Amino acid sequence: MRAIPFIPARSIIPGYGLAFGFTITYLCLIVLIPIAGLFIRAAGLGPAEIWAILTDERTVAAFKLSFGAAFIAALINAVFGLLVAWVLVRYRFPGRRLLDAMVDLPFALPTAVAGIALTTLFAPNGWLGQFFEAQGIKIAFSAAGVVVALTFIGLPFVVRTVQPVLEDLDKEREEAAATLGASRFAVLRRVIMPTLLPALLTGFALAFARAVGEYGSVIFIAGNLPFKTEIVPLLIIIRLEEFDYAGATAIAAAMLILAFAALLVINLVQVWARRRYGAA
Amino acid sequence: MARLDLFQAMAARSRAVAAAATGESVLPRVLLTTAAVLFLVVFLMLPLVLVFMEAFRNGVGVYFESILEPDALAAVRLTLLVAAISVPLNLVFGIAAAWAVAKFEFPGKGLLVTLIDLPFSVSPVIAGLVYVLLFGSHGFLGPWLAKHGIEIIFAVPGIVLATVFVTFPFVARELIPLMEEQGTGEEQAALSLGASGWQTFRYVTLPNVKWGLLYGVLLCNARAMGEFGAVSVISGHIRGLTNTMPLHVEILYNEYNFAASFAVASLLAFLAVVTLALKSCLEWRYGDQLAATRRH
Repeated sequence: MRAIPFIPARSIIPGYGLAFGFTITYLCLIVLIPIAGLFIRAAGLGPAEIWAILTDERTVAAFKLSFGAAFIAALINAVFGLLVAWVLVRYRFPGRRLLDAMVDLPFALPTAVAGIALTTLFAPNGWLGQFFEAQGIKIAFSAAGVVVALTFIGLPFVVRTVQPVLEDLDKEREEAAATLGASRFAVLRRVIMPTLLPALLTGFALAFARAVGEYGSVIFIAGNLPFKTEIVPLLIIIRLEEFDYAGATAIAAAMLILAFAALLVINLVQVWARRRYGAA
Repeated sequence: MARLDLFQAMAARSRAVAAAATGESVLPRVLLTTAAVLFLVVFLMLPLVLVFMEAFRNGVGVYFESILEPDALAAVRLTLLVAAISVPLNLVFGIAAAWAVAKFEFPGKGLLVTLIDLPFSVSPVIAGLVYVLLFGSHGFLGPWLAKHGIEIIFAVPGIVLATVFVTFPFVARELIPLMEEQGTGEEQAALSLGASGWQTFRYVTLPNVKWGLLYGVLLCNARAMGEFGAVSVISGHIRGLTNTMPLHVEILYNEYNFAASFAVASLLAFLAVVTLALKSCLEWRYGDQLAATRRH
């Protein structure tokens, strides 16, 4: 018998029609139709106009900043997220549970609050900003500030994807490697890292994807100078406030396509890593 | 006897070798721990502490004045209202979606789960924009809505819609893995004993997932009350009318009214701390009754 999409196998559990019907209706009304609307509007612009909008110098600069800063922030998060996950799982020290709970703060703290707090912290006269100022480094109101904000909001993604894998890691495999004469460094590199790599890549990709679209925490610290410290989501809002609906729509559609492409790459990388390094 | 001692000595030695080989010695251990703790303290604790310090910088009087002022109170009311509408909506959706996905086998399930997760990969600004394009004066339905005097954009319904969009997957993605793991055995038993479908859900399924449900609602609520980007696009920032708390924080901050801005922000930061505390309690107490593998 050929399987028909969305028709379940026979089951004595009731309520599929109601549950599925409600799910799909709600999904269409809230998510799919509005997003389809955006693409229909973008398609109505015509290729020439879309090309003109997307190759505009200001748009290109914003895309470079958004994706570049998100990439650097995700890299920083990969390093420090791995460190934090490692220390939280492997070592015991006072305050560990508190720190473990704190890792989720960027998920729970509204982005606008994070934005004004980080800006005040890294402003030239701020608690941390003054030290950088003394070295002649400007963090708030520069591209570095964008990276700081994006690192803040992306941190939990890496920690929370690496942590469970690290907890499940079999100590006996490390012991076996050690008894076979591997040095600690060799064990880290050849036993632990390959097991962690898929989770680390996933965490990196999730942090990157989140950072690319982030708005609230960035706009306070960025300074928002066109061509210099203007991120893509802000440019969309500016175009909208100028009643330039075509501009806002084209940029948003491009951004969505890139986000979906990123999602696809994440899935492919995960599949590849799972094949290469076993289940993670 | 001597032989036993020898065995014990050998066992102790091999344990020491194993410990040395699978752990780091004291110095790297202390260095790594210090680095991680420093990073977390500087990056997570300091901003949180700063919010409360800045909020009380000009004294308790200014603090309470700032949060009891009419526009601030209106923002608090609107934020509570929006959360009170959007969280139950996504709760019902989450339960329905989890029931369909976890209790039945059907082709296209993977696609459905991907679509449910979709809002997480959409920038909040775009989440707001899609509704402006749909309901705004230049939108598909704008002229029709204007003719019938229905306001969505720059009004409460738009803010609710944008909030529902960005908090869409929270409950569903907590419930789906949990209910998948629990399977359908207990439900089948209840049904074969003569329980109705509703009774089965109410007395069998719901008690099994209650902590997971609470966990999802907690995260959903935190995001609903704190959402900024999507709401910012759609609200029009009308003071006292369409200003939520995060938007009020922004307006005050941009007016250089930092004390008041941080005062309102401290309420949101307090909400975040309470959310984290409850979330940690749930994880410590009922960790086994939450989705086993948790990815945010």
